[in-house]
Amino acid sequence: MNHFLLAAALTLSAPAAMACETVAIGDLTVEHAWSKATIGAGRPGVFYVEITNTGSTDDALVGIATPAAGMPMLHETVVQDGIASMPHAMSIPVPAGQSVQLSPGGYHGMLMGLTTALKEGDSFPVTLTFEKAGEVTVNVDVLSLRAEGPDCADAGQ
Amino acid sequence: MRLRSLQIILWVAATAAVLAFAAVRWWPATDDTQAAASVFTPAFALADSEGRIRTTDEFRGKFLLVFFGFTSCPDVCPTTLSEVAQVMDDLGSDAGSVQPVFISIDPERDRRLGLADYTKAFHPAILGLAGSEAETQAAAASFKIFYEREADTASQDGYTMAHSPGLYLIGPDGAWLRQFTYGTPAAEILSDLQSRL
Ligand SMILES: [Cu+2]
Repeated sequence: MNHFLLAAALTLSAPAAMACETVAIGDLTVEHAWSKATIGAGRPGVFYVEITNTGSTDDALVGIATPAAGMPMLHETVVQDGIASMPHAMSIPVPAGQSVQLSPGGYHGMLMGLTTALKEGDSFPVTLTFEKAGEVTVNVDVLSLRAEGPDCADAGQ
Repeated sequence: MRLRSLQIILWVAATAAVLAFAAVRWWPATDDTQAAASVFTPAFALADSEGRIRTTDEFRGKFLLVFFGFTSCPDVCPTTLSEVAQVMDDLGSDAGSVQPVFISIDPERDRRLGLADYTKAFHPAILGLAGSEAETQAAAASFKIFYEREADTASQDGYTMAHSPGLYLIGPDGAWLRQFTYGTPAAEILSDLQSRL
């Protein structure tokens, strides 16, 4: 079913609108998946997404996988006492009835060991693993280095 | 009725106490920061991407917008550099009065990965600098900022960096003017600069 949705998305949509696609698994909705262009493949890329849990059971994002990077990990940028660091996040809580954003300055997927440089306009799949809901694959839009997020006509979509 | 008046009086007293505490707690702190901020002159002497040593002295007469970071930092650093790029675009004909500088706190790796490619991807005006370890520490100390290399086997090359993510404004006379904390919108930085130009 998810593969079908992904295939449909790939065939029907213009690449630039991919980040505005919504993929669902159980009570979870995954949308606004995007990344930033990188300069070369030697520096890590980044992965951002929004997850909404419409159910009544807490869940958590516990891992990501992608053919675009050899070592993808979940990180959290923490600014404490004026110092920014980004420790590894073992899991990112997705509480019942709430939305969680992986967004600049907070949780993010860190894409280390990039297979190739990420170029604006490219897209690549990322598979998210949830503690309870299982796995779901989303297609990620590579936006410009200076982008702040996808520009979806309907922000709520 | 009596009890109700007493309750009101107690609430008023409690509110006053909270306000008084807040005033004592916050006002002196703010004053201290401003007083301390006005008295020092940060300095750097660091190599640019072509190996030439660049110093704070050569930029006298211009405002300096200084950011310390590392190019293998995909989350925090691009946000600030994008804001700097936006500010430079929006300054228009005043852009020549402001020199944005990116100082690498991971100089060895950044020289290897290519410093100019990185800064130019954000804005051609941004000057990237990467000195020796000692020169970088001296620059950071003079800006009163902190950075640290953290061993992390789960990171690319086995380490990552922790650092002060602020953006620092230095005046045309070389004196420290202020910090823009991480996440300050470009429009706010722009209007602050325009008020000084
Ligand atoms: Cu990270």
